[in-house]
Amino acid sequence: MGMDFSTLRTLISRYCVGEENWVDSRTVYIGHKEPPPGTEAFIQQRFPDNRIVSCKYTFWNFIPKNMFEQFRRVANFYFLVIFLVQLIIDTPTSPITSGLPLFFVITVTAIKQGYEDWLRHKADKAVNECPVQVVQNGKIICKQSRRLRVGDVVLVKEDETFPCDLILLSSSRDDGTCYVTTASLDGESSHKTYYAVQDTKAFTTEEEVSCIHATIECEQPQPDLYKFVGRINVYMNNEPVARPLGSENLLLRGATLKNTEHIYAVAIYTGMETKMALNYQSKSQKRSAVEKSMNAYLVVYLCILISKAVINTGLKYLWQSDPNRDEPWYNERTDTERQRHILIRAFTDFLAFMVLFNYIIPVSMYVTVEMQKFLGSYFIMWDDEMLDEELGERAVVNTSDLNEELGQVEYVFTDKTGTLTENNMEFIECCVDGHVYIPHAICNGQVMPGASSIDMIDTSPGPDAREREELFFRALCLCHTVQVKEEETVDGIKHGIHQGKSSSFYISSSPDEVALVEGMKRLGFTYLRLKDGQMEILNRDDEVERFELLEVLTFDSVRRRMSVIVRAGSGEMYLFCKGADSSIFPRVIKGKVEQVKARVELNAVEGLRTLCVAYRPLSPEQYQQVCHQLSGAKLALQDRDKQLAEAYDIIERDLILLGATAVEDRLQEKAADTIESLHQAGMKVWVLTGDKMETAAATCYASKLFRRSTQILELTTKRTEEQSLHDVLFDLSRTVLRHYGGMSRDNSSSLSGDCTDFGLIIDGATLSAVMRPGQEDSNSGNYKEIFLEICRNCSAVLCCRMAPLQKAQIVKMIKASKEHPITLAVGDGANDVSMILEAHVGIGIMGKEGRQAVRNSDYAIPKFKHLKKMLLVHGHYYYIRISELVQYFFYKNVVFMFPQFIYQFFCGFSQQPLYDTAYLTLYNISFTSLPILLYSLMEQHINMDILKKDPSLYKDIAKNCLLRWPIFIYWTVLGVYDAMVMFFGAYFLFDNTSFTSNGQMFGNWTFGTLVFTVLVFTVTFKLVLDTHYWTWINHFVIWGSLVFFVVFSLLWGGIIWPFLNYQRMYYVFMQMLSSGPAWLSIILLITVCLLPDVVKKVIWRALWPTTTEKIQVGAITSMETLD
Amino acid sequence: MMASSYNAKDEDGHHSGSVSHGGAGTAKSKKPDNTAFKQQRLPAWQPILTAGTVLPAFFVIGLIFIPIGIGLYVTSNNIKEFEIDYTGVNVDSPCYTCANNFSWNSTTSCSCTVNFTLEQPFENNVYMYYGLSNFYQNHRRYVKSRDDRQLNGDATALKDPSNDCEPYRKIGVETIAPCGAIANSLFNDSLELYYVEPSGALNAVPLAKKGIAWWTDRNVKFRNPAGVDLPTAFKGTAKPVNWRKPVYELDPSDPDNNGFINEDFIVWMRTAALPTFRKLYRIIHKNQSSTSTLPSGRYVLNITYNYPVLSFDGRKRMILSTISWMGGKNPFLGIAYITVGSICFFLGVVLLIIHHKYDTRSNSADIPN
Repeated sequence: MGMDFSTLRTLISRYCVGEENWVDSRTVYIGHKEPPPGTEAFIQQRFPDNRIVSCKYTFWNFIPKNMFEQFRRVANFYFLVIFLVQLIIDTPTSPITSGLPLFFVITVTAIKQGYEDWLRHKADKAVNECPVQVVQNGKIICKQSRRLRVGDVVLVKEDETFPCDLILLSSSRDDGTCYVTTASLDGESSHKTYYAVQDTKAFTTEEEVSCIHATIECEQPQPDLYKFVGRINVYMNNEPVARPLGSENLLLRGATLKNTEHIYAVAIYTGMETKMALNYQSKSQKRSAVEKSMNAYLVVYLCILISKAVINTGLKYLWQSDPNRDEPWYNERTDTERQRHILIRAFTDFLAFMVLFNYIIPVSMYVTVEMQKFLGSYFIMWDDEMLDEELGERAVVNTSDLNEELGQVEYVFTDKTGTLTENNMEFIECCVDGHVYIPHAICNGQVMPGASSIDMIDTSPGPDAREREELFFRALCLCHTVQVKEEETVDGIKHGIHQGKSSSFYISSSPDEVALVEGMKRLGFTYLRLKDGQMEILNRDDEVERFELLEVLTFDSVRRRMSVIVRAGSGEMYLFCKGADSSIFPRVIKGKVEQVKARVELNAVEGLRTLCVAYRPLSPEQYQQVCHQLSGAKLALQDRDKQLAEAYDIIERDLILLGATAVEDRLQEKAADTIESLHQAGMKVWVLTGDKMETAAATCYASKLFRRSTQILELTTKRTEEQSLHDVLFDLSRTVLRHYGGMSRDNSSSLSGDCTDFGLIIDGATLSAVMRPGQEDSNSGNYKEIFLEICRNCSAVLCCRMAPLQKAQIVKMIKASKEHPITLAVGDGANDVSMILEAHVGIGIMGKEGRQAVRNSDYAIPKFKHLKKMLLVHGHYYYIRISELVQYFFYKNVVFMFPQFIYQFFCGFSQQPLYDTAYLTLYNISFTSLPILLYSLMEQHINMDILKKDPSLYKDIAKNCLLRWPIFIYWTVLGVYDAMVMFFGAYFLFDNTSFTSNGQMFGNWTFGTLVFTVLVFTVTFKLVLDTHYWTWINHFVIWGSLVFFVVFSLLWGGIIWPFLNYQRMYYVFMQMLSSGPAWLSIILLITVCLLPDVVKKVIWRALWPTTTEKIQVGAITSMETLD
Repeated sequence: MMASSYNAKDEDGHHSGSVSHGGAGTAKSKKPDNTAFKQQRLPAWQPILTAGTVLPAFFVIGLIFIPIGIGLYVTSNNIKEFEIDYTGVNVDSPCYTCANNFSWNSTTSCSCTVNFTLEQPFENNVYMYYGLSNFYQNHRRYVKSRDDRQLNGDATALKDPSNDCEPYRKIGVETIAPCGAIANSLFNDSLELYYVEPSGALNAVPLAKKGIAWWTDRNVKFRNPAGVDLPTAFKGTAKPVNWRKPVYELDPSDPDNNGFINEDFIVWMRTAALPTFRKLYRIIHKNQSSTSTLPSGRYVLNITYNYPVLSFDGRKRMILSTISWMGGKNPFLGIAYITVGSICFFLGVVLLIIHHKYDTRSNSADIPN
């Protein structure tokens, strides 16, 4: 019901457009200067202005557009149709009954959206009108930001925000760099360096800048923040010089200039084409399992509604076949009605029945569910136990739609680094040619000075080895992308790092690199700074060595290594490469591979992160070749990444191994406890990491993912080399199945018990072999199935050596497996985003690797340990709450509508409503809405401390068990029973007798009011029976809403209402209350209605108690013993 | 406060876990805006329905309901009620001729006489009802076919009543007052009751018309339109099609009982909930003398038969009933109370057994550490 038409639309548009993202290029004339004649003539494109439009509506189109948006929701549309039917044909209830709630819902939503849009308008206006300095004809003029056009040259000063996407032309810094924080874009507060175009960095005044004669060719805008390819053609003396442009030249709108006085840059993407604006698009909406059940129930109720209407219409015409019943003398039709065709009459009757019973699908349920989700999410944000004091961060809720899904998680996919571990790296040791160095001098966090801090385990090396050792240290000092936060401005005095002040520190996007550089500092080699393309190192003898940085072959997660090419002061050129062992060893041709490998593996088993370092001396000829390859790739406009990767692959070979490093990444606080709880809660925890198998496995043992008793199954390249994949898979599945075959099926619920459980280790390469769609033989298609079967029987799975996309693939595979389990992915880095987006619930950790995971997640928490409370407490509560909410809503509307259905049998199927219009309208809006809303916000069936202490309680609600069909049917049957009791109770009481002591009779409205009174009280008391947590708010709302009902009824019947053309309720309620039997029967009927539910609850609790119920009882008895 | 001090030993000592719900030690953070509400730790009463806690309630309900039920049942049985069908379906019934020779056009009214005997005397006030069966006063088309504004004396609505009254809204150009199907089908049989003295003389039983309608209806909801006298007030309106007299001449005997505030009319205008219903017709007040209101013996019911019901297979009855504090004769309520009370009592016993057999065991066995 809540389905959006938009899904359909995207589907259609996807088929029409095709999947490929065609990105063609655009040409920008810097300063709007035409290129010299003779060059290729470009057709000048029209670019949008720099106006940011984040608002959806304008003053004029707000009402139609907002109405359209709202009525696209199937639910709203349904109620609109009902309303229109009521307006058009003669229906039993006035259009007000459905029009008023609909109007209310629509108005509230419209006001909310209107207000939000007004705020956006204001924000847009502020942004669009903020002044920007533009260089025109050698002068600086001030423009409003929205008037900025592509090709304008802009001057940006320190701490200003970039008004659009710019290519950096020149900077006030001599080396043509500038520092930028992208905190508002991706949350990374570290300063990033951006580079000016080489050929324009000399133009540093506005006069000079306006002389630049160049064109830029670049791709059309695309939303990826970290991708950009382009080319600049600078015309020096009409000679075009082409230079590559990359994302290091592109300053993004929204980022802020830091530590740089001013820059000149040219606008290339403006307004809605900036990368920031393109990232406004919200990600696809996830829907929870509860919502799916709710929609299924809605379909059932829609069927009930239609069948009720059909049955009644059929019976009506059967009953009316006798003309004396159809039109007795006392009740004739009008002539126009008589002349209507029988089919039209039947159809209008059908519609009238639909309208009469339409309340069975209540508008208010949507409103209440939305409110519950929205308000409920605040409890997550407010939770102090999920507050991290160090970071000062609380949990963040990005989507409140999935609160209850947190209580349904079956598979947890977690990243390792930064999620399970602190991502707080510490340099532990390094190994050069088999000699191990440990900077042991970390006493109480203080670094001891001097050479004594080096502790060599092996015999001291000879002079040759000493040379290699220093080369190794230099390599680590040079091969990185660490920046030095070189100054701490204190009263304008700048302190350099070489002064030994601890006020200077290193910044990098990768904590490993910082740890390594700091480790080298402790071993005597201090990296000072990068200045004018020269890297400065302070060696052990306090001499500054300078290396010219020629190229940086940046790190990427596919290559898993990075390199730099430097020229030493002596003129020798080196390529230094560092990376994962698996990506270095195959490229090594010389060096003590065996010793290093042994040490690396030893360290990995201890859970340390290892990196290998290698180098390659380059002759000038070789360097020329390298330069050629690199610049060729860099200048490419299309497939640049691919070409670069190929070039890197060629360059980084024939390496000479120097040694390896080991960095420790400590486990996060209480990670093991959390994992253990998740296990006990019946969740399967998978660790997906890009790390080595040994490191990852060690972490898994440390975090108790694998226990000593766990039998480890390996599915790795090593094994598949020995046997075929086919055999290994079948082997493993036989092992697993033999074990579980011996156990009875129902035992599987006690996975966490003492029985041996299995842990599976698989690596990326094998996984892709398993996942590869079967082409060669028919058997390989089964691999996936067998693999899934193995995984199902393993309590923990470790996937190592995973590429980011593979993480998402795994999540997708599990999601698609035949039980359709609910998955949760938790991660902290950009490489986890794909899996966070893929999983049913994505959780971001506010870690050290930027905010990308947090931005793309549904929920974000400061630490991994907060997952425990998030799932076990909040998830559990929200699931209990919303499932009761959904069931109760359907129940209360069955009870509401079923008497009206039965009444049709007693009023000649004439669609006579049983209740008064006011009651019909207000039943769902006010008499019974607030108690359930409050319940769904406050209910705690078990104390939250018990929930945390006893994670196995989570299993009690697994598999959407409170919204299964039997429970739904129970509620519905209960509703029908209650409705029968109410109707027939009132029927027999009214049967031919007077109710009052003065002999006067009651009419049909009193009958309806009696039923309605019993109804309101029963439905509220049903909730009273279900509430386990009575705060004063619950008391206030529950009793308050009953009081409100009585007061309203007294008032509604208390006066003759002007402007109303009927007064049928006049004094009806008071007359009813003045009669003794009415009181007695109300009490009796409420008791009878509630009786079966109470008995069922009590007997079930006594005979077949769930764990939850045992614990509830246990809590009480333990309290009693305390008292 | 039941759950006031569940003091779990919190394994993650980080947050000094021992949180009590008592209220005193609830909020413990530096944050000024940190409240027990936000932390979902408001003090709360946490009741749980177990056999043990519900048991007493069941017994109490049983103990209260059964006496109430017996009281109701006895009261209901003490009420005397007499009912007689005078429709005239059978050939031998006195009203057969009237019922079968009915014609809307006839100007003379048809009368018939029904004899009956009361075995027991009726004490106190006796209420006389007429009952109709198979008459759908709750049919939607019928229920809405009225104009409450017109009935409330609204001058505009008198001349231009609501369209709901169709097809009983206008005759030619004149509007019908009171309009609508309900008013049009006003029950117009006249019933007279005679006591046959042992001597054989007929003694008319006095039938009071006052007090048969709700006080609020008679005085507030129904009002005559303003005018010097009723005929002027209703000038320009037509009488309902099936009526013999205009609305202002409904009760020739009492000028205050005419127009919209005629009590017979008001009673009829309160539409019944079910197709078989009775409506209060007259009240026989208890006489001052010590004799019963209606002594046992033979009675004659004189009916002016105006109201046709045979066409839709309806029935007409006359009911005489005494009234108690709980209204007319209705054994259902008493029986229902006794039944529910006994069921509760029985369930109480069952739960007692269950409680002893299972509850105590599961309590002691499965408390988690």
